[in-house]
Amino acid sequence: MRQAELILALVMGLLSAGLMWKSAELPIGWIPDEGPGGGAFPFWLSAGMLACCIWILVRWARRPTGVAADTGPYIPREARTQVIVVTAALAVMIGLIHIIGVYGSVPLFLVFYLRGLGRHGWPMTGAFAVATPIVTFFFFEAILKITLPKGYTEPLFYPLYDWFL
Amino acid sequence: MEILLHLLEGFGIAFLPLNLGLAIFGCLLGLFIGAMPGLGSVNGVAILLPLTFLVPPTSAVIFLGAIYYGAMYGGAISSIMLGIPGASTAVATTFDGRPLARKGMADRALVAAATASFVGGTISVVLFTLFAPPLADMALAFGAPEEFALMLLAFATFIGLGGDDIPKTLFSIFIGLVLSAVGLDIMSGQPRLIFFDIPGFFHGINFLVLAIGIYGIGEILWTIETSHKGVEVAQARISVERFVASLRSLAGTLKTMVMGSFLGYFVGILPAAGATPGSLMAYGVARSIAKDPDSFGKGNVDGVVAPESANNAASTGSMLPMLTLGIPGSPTTAILLGGMVIWGLEPGPMLFIDHTNFVWGLIASLYVANLFALILNLAFIPAFIAVLRLPFTILAPIIFILCVVGGYAPIRDMHDVWLMFLFGVVGYLLRKLDYPMAPAVLAIVLGPLAETSMRQSLLIGHGSPAIFFERPISGGIMLVAIALFAIPLFRLVRRAARRAAS
Repeated sequence: MRQAELILALVMGLLSAGLMWKSAELPIGWIPDEGPGGGAFPFWLSAGMLACCIWILVRWARRPTGVAADTGPYIPREARTQVIVVTAALAVMIGLIHIIGVYGSVPLFLVFYLRGLGRHGWPMTGAFAVATPIVTFFFFEAILKITLPKGYTEPLFYPLYDWFL
Repeated sequence: MEILLHLLEGFGIAFLPLNLGLAIFGCLLGLFIGAMPGLGSVNGVAILLPLTFLVPPTSAVIFLGAIYYGAMYGGAISSIMLGIPGASTAVATTFDGRPLARKGMADRALVAAATASFVGGTISVVLFTLFAPPLADMALAFGAPEEFALMLLAFATFIGLGGDDIPKTLFSIFIGLVLSAVGLDIMSGQPRLIFFDIPGFFHGINFLVLAIGIYGIGEILWTIETSHKGVEVAQARISVERFVASLRSLAGTLKTMVMGSFLGYFVGILPAAGATPGSLMAYGVARSIAKDPDSFGKGNVDGVVAPESANNAASTGSMLPMLTLGIPGSPTTAILLGGMVIWGLEPGPMLFIDHTNFVWGLIASLYVANLFALILNLAFIPAFIAVLRLPFTILAPIIFILCVVGGYAPIRDMHDVWLMFLFGVVGYLLRKLDYPMAPAVLAIVLGPLAETSMRQSLLIGHGSPAIFFERPISGGIMLVAIALFAIPLFRLVRRAARRAAS
């Protein structure tokens, strides 16, 4: 915990400085008779973020309390692998949407999660992997008219579009 | 009298088949969402908001309002049956609800929670009906300086009353506001904060991307981490006789319910406070006025009734500033407010003039939703218990998929889905270190309004910030806001002085 507090405050401090620098692309000064320029609002708020990070860092070094004094692990060891695997699986799922679309990526994700992490049986896994995309299609595409990304699988959906959209 | 007429009109809208259906469906959905450990009204509303583009705004807000209500009822279910609060708002319910369940009186606790929620909801909706129109009338006189002062006050309450770590709360507010500034400068139209020239940033960062990231993805990661060990579902025996006996035993708790309702309602109006501290305060007050304070924590029904009436009342209370002033009283109402902007409505007092159907339809539907939430809650207790047994490894991936699709739907850009993922992971990491997340969500919703009102005020005042203090109403609000900001500073100074003295 204590290390994480330091690292995260440093990273957020760097981010704040970056945001300040980026905001300064627009005028951050005071324009007479008008008030602050377009960049002033984000610039000073980022400066505030930086100040908060410095505050957290100073406190961390001088008089640690709460999480800054906690020497326990940041994420408990038993849960760490699971959190990392789930996060990675989610990232892969989102990444695959660009290539094989929602309807390819979602079933794969469900099979991995239900079978691989949940150790559910194949009938249960299969039912969810088939039903979820079908429900999604009818709800979002047919009823809400929100076209979801399909990547290279787009042509496969032309006949479905003719029927339902 | 005028209020009654409006309310009748509102009931006409609330009872339209579509709206009534959505209210009932919303209650049921809210109950299930609330009953799931880790998910509360804010998660439900954030994840499901993108689905409401299908129906007119009034129906959409009725649906989301019903989810909000249902979730407040449902939160108690997992608090009692699992000993894990369904949402932070139901934390206080575990204190006595869990011991009752352990003693084999889970049914009594569940009935008490549902009844108290109903009383809290009803009292607060009546208060809401009476308070909202005069407050909106008053707010009509507000100009840009008053609006900005109110927003400053909303943020100040997080600092003065929030109770979280001060620099981390401030950081959360600032980052939310900076994220809201991404896109185009509202005055000059110039591109602003377009990181690495990625075109996705030109349309700004939709508040839903942050809200779904934090309350969808971040929340599930959090739940995976904290619930990786199995939990034990308490047994509940339910029969008509036991049910009637439970109801009868509640007569003595009416005073506590009324106390919790009033307390919850007024605490709920404050942006930083809301349902969680409201319910904890009600629990504290109930214990201090009880004849047998020692029985609290060991299974006293008053200890279930107080927080449950308060958290429902607070959820109504938080809608008061949202509808009348355009300042949300809770993270959930912040998301509702953002939704109104997406639906093309301008939140604030003008709603009471330009969109009376919307306002009164919503108010009337709160009465309806409250009643249905009670009936559904009592009728479906066995079903909720079954849901609690549903493995998280089925729920989690379904919620992840809803988040991804929900993050994509508003602007239809995969860029937003990636941002949402990033916010979810970073939000989870920050939350572990006690960075509060609600201020950031409130800030990203209010950011564009805050910046506009500030810059308009400065234009009116020819660039002088004195404008905020010269007008009586904005001056008064500014002073209160500054005082709230000063509270923790004052505490710091006093602590330092004491340390120096010792």
